[in-house]
Amino acid sequence: MVDTKTAFEKAPAPRGFSVARLLRANRKLLFPLAAFLLILLGNWLISPNFFNVRLVEGRLLGSLVDIFNRGAPTVLLAIGMTLVIATKGIDLSVGAVIAICGAVAAVLISETELSPVVVIIISLGAGLLCGLWNGVLVAVFDIQPFIATLILMVVGRGIAQLITEGQIAVFNNPTLEFIGKGVVLGLPFPILLSAFVFILVLVFVRRTAIGLLIESVGSNDRASYYAGIDARAIKLLVYVISGLCAAVAGLIITADIKGADANNAGLWLELDAVLAVVIGGTLLSGGRFYLGLSVIGALIIQSIQTGIFVSGLPPTFNLIVQALVILAILFLQSDDFRRPFARLFQRLRRHS
Amino acid sequence: MRSRIFPLIVTFVVFVALYLIGFQRFPAFGTTRVIANFLTDKSFLGIAAVGMTFVIISGGIDLSVGSVIAFTGVLCALLIGELGMHPLAAFGIALVIGAAFGAAMGAVIHYFKIPAFIVTLAGMFLARGGAFVLSQESIPIEHPFFAQISDIYYVFPDRGRLTVIAVLFLIVLLVGILLAHYTRFGRNVYGLGGNSTAALLLGVPVGRTTIMVYMLSSLLATLAGVVYTLYTRSGYPRATIGLELDAIAAVVIGGTLLTGGVGYIAGTFIGVMIQGVIQTYINFDGTLNSWWTKIAIGMLLFFFIALQKFLTNYRGNFGLSRKRAVAPAGD
Repeated sequence: MVDTKTAFEKAPAPRGFSVARLLRANRKLLFPLAAFLLILLGNWLISPNFFNVRLVEGRLLGSLVDIFNRGAPTVLLAIGMTLVIATKGIDLSVGAVIAICGAVAAVLISETELSPVVVIIISLGAGLLCGLWNGVLVAVFDIQPFIATLILMVVGRGIAQLITEGQIAVFNNPTLEFIGKGVVLGLPFPILLSAFVFILVLVFVRRTAIGLLIESVGSNDRASYYAGIDARAIKLLVYVISGLCAAVAGLIITADIKGADANNAGLWLELDAVLAVVIGGTLLSGGRFYLGLSVIGALIIQSIQTGIFVSGLPPTFNLIVQALVILAILFLQSDDFRRPFARLFQRLRRHS
Repeated sequence: MRSRIFPLIVTFVVFVALYLIGFQRFPAFGTTRVIANFLTDKSFLGIAAVGMTFVIISGGIDLSVGSVIAFTGVLCALLIGELGMHPLAAFGIALVIGAAFGAAMGAVIHYFKIPAFIVTLAGMFLARGGAFVLSQESIPIEHPFFAQISDIYYVFPDRGRLTVIAVLFLIVLLVGILLAHYTRFGRNVYGLGGNSTAALLLGVPVGRTTIMVYMLSSLLATLAGVVYTLYTRSGYPRATIGLELDAIAAVVIGGTLLTGGVGYIAGTFIGVMIQGVIQTYINFDGTLNSWWTKIAIGMLLFFFIALQKFLTNYRGNFGLSRKRAVAPAGD
């Protein structure tokens, strides 16, 4: 630690402002942001009034607002998933956790006299328990993360079905509905909620040592253990955070449709979340993570879906387009894919 | 060597115990009708699980099988219904497409060194998306060939019916066992899963084997799709969502090590039959929600993974001295 500090002090102070240096320093940021803007631009070409935002009855309306609003659950999942992937893990159960937490909230609010706040807390507690279960399997039993979370992915929807007794549990409660449909300062509540969770998690991991510890465990958990980091506790923590994020996403989805559909709530959202994180530049092999870029990744996915929607293509193309995007990004991240191109580029430079 | 078979013995004991529990509660469990139904109802799962066993033994995973089955069903339904093709021709086309799809996934996994589960996840999206693009709703198939096929069966003395698709499942199982234990390809797959670096140094064609493993898995998934089409006589883009998880569960319950290198096709068969017993029990009971099947399978999956962990940690990796046994975790 002492060495890095002195090295830091020895580094020459930056002189003046340079766009080139700024870009070089934030190279990681560039790609996802450019992709996001490009897709938004593409959407604008397809439908010219894409960027129009109107104020109707104290509520902002428009495709752009819609992307942030519809994207809120994916953003929330991506936040939790980023931390999990940073520890070299993966959480495939988030879709099932959404179904469980949604079912818990819907059934409790419609069949008991509990106040909505208590119901929300219990639902979050269910998400926490799910995360804890995954965390224990990964951290304590040392099971490969995708297998460990696969168990809850299989069982979770069954549990949600048992909670709703196979029905689509519907409810009528203004407080709970507010989470999905509410408007604060003209903005839909899900946007504010996801922004709040994002800032909360960002402060939690970046203003404390937690973020560094997570990256350390992800790069090399054994070395981290020898360096005195409780790798188990860190892994447990990230799965719990992921479970909680999924619970919040579940509440939004449930409140939005005023009901819990154990079969379809959050179906395939785990894949969107993984995709968002990968687009954001966090590697599946763990280590460095970029929370903000994962959020942009989630918004990219949502804007692709919105783009498909406004272009008039049937929404059935969603899956194919998403699969092709994920493959393209994985290819770009793969050294073995880039190497021939890099060699070609070098040869061209040498010749010229 | 004995500890390698141990999980298989546990699996078998669990199967017998579950079967006896069922038999004691519902005497009909003892009839060939129920047993033959196990084979018929689980035939598509079983065929896909045989392919999955090869993939997992090679140290990989294939998450695309459920979607490949649905895609095959929709494709066949369209080829037969819209283009008026003979079902056998449609099945042939589907099998070729399926094999090419799997080979492509294997090539991406090998040449670009991208984790198998993420590549096959993308494959799952592609196949499911392809099915949705072809058709949004269920397409019924009406062709005399289907009636002919379902009219062929062997009748046991107490009227249990051994159908064509059940026989197909048994043939795939037999070929799988031969392929795994008596061919060079099979030995290469075990070698690859045991230690891919050592396998490479020993001259195992790693690239070719990887591509062939995923090709085999997708080919069998397509065959499972064909069986599913024969079974349901329709193509439905939302069919068999999550079947890959059942297949993985069957493989793991059957004693195949998730880290690769160890496993038996026969074990997978018992894993599939265990799921059949659980489902039949829940169906017979009538009061239990059918989702209990998923929960029971999940619990079994957990139990067997925990068992594997216990054995690998405390018995030195099933009696094999492998890299992980020397330098555990976190490399």
